[in-house]
Amino acid sequence: MEIAKTLSIREEIVKERVGLTSNYAAAYAVKAVDVDVIAAYPITPQTTIIEKLAELVANGEIDAEYIPVESEHSALSAVVGAAAAGARVFTATSAQGLEFMHEVLHIASGLRLPIVMAVPGRALSAPISIHGDYQDIMNAKDSGWIMLIASTAQEVYDSIIMAYRIAEDNRVLVPVMVSYDGFLMSHTTEPVELYHEDYVRKFTPRNLNRLKLDPRKPITIGVIASPDWYYEIKYQVVNALKESRGVIKEIHGEFNKTFGTNYDIVERYMLDDADYVLITYGGASSGNAKEAVRRARERGLRAGVLRIRLFRPFPVDEVVSSIKDAKMVAVVDRALSPGSTYEGPVFNDVVTALYSKGIEKPVISVVHGISQRTMLADDFYNLYKTLDEYARTGEYPRKTIFLGLRG
Amino acid sequence: MMKQLTWKDLPIGGVIVEPGNARKNLTGTWRTERPVIDQDACIRCRICWMYCPEPAILELKKPYTTKSGKKYDLTYEIDYDHCKGCGICAHECPVKAIKMVSEVVG
Repeated sequence: MEIAKTLSIREEIVKERVGLTSNYAAAYAVKAVDVDVIAAYPITPQTTIIEKLAELVANGEIDAEYIPVESEHSALSAVVGAAAAGARVFTATSAQGLEFMHEVLHIASGLRLPIVMAVPGRALSAPISIHGDYQDIMNAKDSGWIMLIASTAQEVYDSIIMAYRIAEDNRVLVPVMVSYDGFLMSHTTEPVELYHEDYVRKFTPRNLNRLKLDPRKPITIGVIASPDWYYEIKYQVVNALKESRGVIKEIHGEFNKTFGTNYDIVERYMLDDADYVLITYGGASSGNAKEAVRRARERGLRAGVLRIRLFRPFPVDEVVSSIKDAKMVAVVDRALSPGSTYEGPVFNDVVTALYSKGIEKPVISVVHGISQRTMLADDFYNLYKTLDEYARTGEYPRKTIFLGLRG
Repeated sequence: MMKQLTWKDLPIGGVIVEPGNARKNLTGTWRTERPVIDQDACIRCRICWMYCPEPAILELKKPYTTKSGKKYDLTYEIDYDHCKGCGICAHECPVKAIKMVSEVVG
């Protein structure tokens, strides 16, 4: 029954099934939601998103202002201004571009502007690398943005549609970043089902019920706050992110009902009876881990994957409930936190989440796929075997494992 | 002193929803020196009024007759609630009619 219902929803809603890269999927989502202002500066691997959008705007397929700016700092600043005036906006960047935007990231969240940005993740210089990992977005995790990490081109398309609803919800009003694997997703083609735009627009009606620049009702946006005021205004951002968890789940539920999908803020794969859990994010890590689950289960290991889809705010309850019965967990990070207690940034979130619930659990920190260093499904299968060994001996490393590192 | 609103009461994003409410912020407390205008030396040129960044020079329709008998329709005074004591008026005054007087004791 459920499957039949889902199929009938999809039959009505899906306009066409096409081969798209995740970058093009992002551009088509922006087209579907009908934005007013796009400002962007090209950077690998984000470029093809904004090339496609430029084409769609030039062809009159999107009725939007396209502002080609001279830098990422200006790109985000331009959409900050447009969003402050009540426009629906979009921008995209990667790596050095996100770093160059960094101060404006905090401004966008501090001003509570519902900006949506796509970020195909890329390694940071130096040394110069155009290849994919998640160092760029991990450096932005404390900037007060909601951050989703998608794992397929379809999910990129769907997440950007959801992102507008989340960002513009009056209970949230926080900018949203939708990230995914640079190159491994941004430049690889997958089948994507695009929706009839009427359905997307019905799902994402413009919500202009917020404070915005309007000469008929003058307000000031972007003021200085003395120490008497700053703390309270920043705490509002802290609270907004905290409270947004419920709203994000609610919007996921509504999206699933409307579009016949099955998204949650985490993805649980074969977790019901799993002794050994790999926690991953993004496309390549999660896909490899799922294939490794198959290999591990064929050999009698009860393996599972927990994919973090919502990274900020961190889905504490969902993560803890998904791994609390596991014997051994490993977090596979595709980014580095040099000098931290453990060098995997999401590992640190996972163990803090467990700590917050008073749960002690052996968790291993693993780093892999830095600057798109090849990750094989067997690497992940071997991790399950390693977790099994650790569980048998009761001994496990209390430091980050750097998979595939020479020497 | 302004009412210290809580994070729940403040408009989000630090937005100021009431235009012109900066005047409620009494920046005069920042001052260490106060400008004092010598009304007899002042030639009513309005330069201090133009240069004051606050603006804390008040242009008042208040007639004044100098000791030498010169009559003016206007008088310039300082809004000490908002004057931060930056001294720009004293620096710009072409006839040196504004003096900065220390407000710090000791």
